[in-house]
Amino acid sequence: MTTISDLITATSVTTDLHATNAEEAIDELARLLEADGRVTDRQRYVETVVAREAETGGTGMESGIAIPHGKTSAVSAPALAFGRSAKGLDFGAGDGTPSDLIFLIAAPEGEDDLHVRVLSRIARKLIHESFRTALREAATPQAIVDIIEQEVEL
Amino acid sequence: MKLVAVTSCPTGIAHSEMAAEALEVAAKEKGHEIHVEVQGAAGGPPIPAEAIKSADAVIFAVDASVREIERFAHLPKVEVRTREAIDRTAGIVDRAVEAAQNRTPVTAGAPAEGGAGDEEEDVFASVTGQGTSKGEEARRWLMTGVSYMIPFVVAGGILIALSFAIADAVAVTEVSVFDPETGLATPGDLGIDTITWIGAVLLTIGGTAFGMLVPILAGYIAYAMADRPGLAPGIVGGLLANTVEAGFLGGIIAGLLAGAIVMALKRIPAKGTLKRMMPILVYPIIGVLGVGALMLLVVGEPVAAINQGLGDWLTGLSGANQILLGLIIGAMMAFDMGGPVNKVAYAFGLLSLEAGNFQIMAAVMAAGMTPPLGLALATVVRKQLFNEGERRAGQAAWVMGASFITEGAIPFAAADPIRVIPSLMVGSATTGALSLAFSASLQAPHGGIWVIGVIGNPLLYLVAIAIGTVVTAAMVVGLKSLGRTEKEAAVPAA
Repeated sequence: MTTISDLITATSVTTDLHATNAEEAIDELARLLEADGRVTDRQRYVETVVAREAETGGTGMESGIAIPHGKTSAVSAPALAFGRSAKGLDFGAGDGTPSDLIFLIAAPEGEDDLHVRVLSRIARKLIHESFRTALREAATPQAIVDIIEQEVEL
Repeated sequence: MKLVAVTSCPTGIAHSEMAAEALEVAAKEKGHEIHVEVQGAAGGPPIPAEAIKSADAVIFAVDASVREIERFAHLPKVEVRTREAIDRTAGIVDRAVEAAQNRTPVTAGAPAEGGAGDEEEDVFASVTGQGTSKGEEARRWLMTGVSYMIPFVVAGGILIALSFAIADAVAVTEVSVFDPETGLATPGDLGIDTITWIGAVLLTIGGTAFGMLVPILAGYIAYAMADRPGLAPGIVGGLLANTVEAGFLGGIIAGLLAGAIVMALKRIPAKGTLKRMMPILVYPIIGVLGVGALMLLVVGEPVAAINQGLGDWLTGLSGANQILLGLIIGAMMAFDMGGPVNKVAYAFGLLSLEAGNFQIMAAVMAAGMTPPLGLALATVVRKQLFNEGERRAGQAAWVMGASFITEGAIPFAAADPIRVIPSLMVGSATTGALSLAFSASLQAPHGGIWVIGVIGNPLLYLVAIAIGTVVTAAMVVGLKSLGRTEKEAAVPAA
């Protein structure tokens, strides 16, 4: 049975992104996934994600979240990394709002229904103000994982 | 207010889901009912047909094309990117509500910012309007078929016209540029000049496009009725309509039969393995077999009988009053445009030509030219009676009419047969009678104005065609204005 911990663990969460721009943030989060063994070829994965950001004009939303994502064979298992940026980074939101909540989604090639379903559940939660507030206020990576686990009932 | 929405994005994980959630939340906050279908990797269940039927408007929040968009053709639409739906959800819900209140029919490009390139569907959405009554439902089915057919009509018609224009219209039909055994034949092999050869190549390509008219029409009528499972039975039914030479009316019958059969199959309750087998095996096999058997065994026979009976009847009329004969031949040419009745009249012209009576052939060709010409004229003088797709088809119809490619009228006739076909028949009958009254003659079996050199009494011949064209246009405009309910009339005006 899939649980949230298959997708996101405290080790793939940081409450303090050092990155000063979107590309650095993507790389910083990808490193967390690489350390977990979810991303096998970080460079290629980051390239895919960055290219997609450029193509689509960025995944930043006006609510301050960004969801850079990439589906590539450089990913071995579906995974989610989360980073909070104190100053906010430009992910191309429509009104220029900097993104402070960054969800990096890694999806492997091919279909993996169950995991994709979980990812999409999380994506849906991002719409809710209360969820975003909780993520902004959480003190530790583990607290963030707990919030996600709690909110995204499986 | 009842809303439906489709969200979709290329990776289908994040944006489509977020947009769906955002729309659901915003619509509920505003007290609207909403059904959202996510077309993505995870995907969700399709919106129940009932919900689509009773909906007031549809929202497309999409970065990729909408699958099975025909389901929503009758609804006012707001189309945005997923991001916009996520960032400005409330405004988009308001726009959908507004569209529903104004019943703004969707015209190409109107509310669609960066729309996903489904212009053709948009064009026809504007015609189909809101209706849920049986009649309007049937109209939507026909319009869907027609919308997919138009490119084939235009491509085939213009290429054939080009062939007649640049080369000898008779010579191009008498050669075959490709033989499966010997391959491509050069002008030298065929003993013809290069221009004639090019004309023959154009004719071959255009003719192939025309061969697809009826299958595509039938296929997409069935598709509109029964979604994807309808397509294969519809196309095969259309091909069989070609085989039994039932023309586009036969194609409409094939499409409706195929759609009805698959719709019925879908109602069969099935569970487990059987349920999975339905779309893979049952719909295609039973659908194709069913429509195929009906087309061959039930529709084919009367068509053949019509061919035989009408042919004999016309031959019997040969000695009768020329004006009467012209009226009858003309009306027959316009009745089904390439179908059995048209073919009988044309064959009668050919036989007369071989027998040395050149006047019948002249009447046949003139009567075959006025349907596209009259419709083209109608789309110019009363634009508002036609949707954008039809107006575009109208432009190509000028060329097709002038080239005696009667098929140029089929999109109009298939979309609204009850009003259009009688109009075409009256106009063509007028022209047929006038052509014979003027004793115009023609020594070629086709070619339109491109064979004006072998037409006897050409000036009066053109007068006959012009009068028939005006009569056709007047009839079409009159019937379309008369028979139109207020609601319908308002729709294409947008």
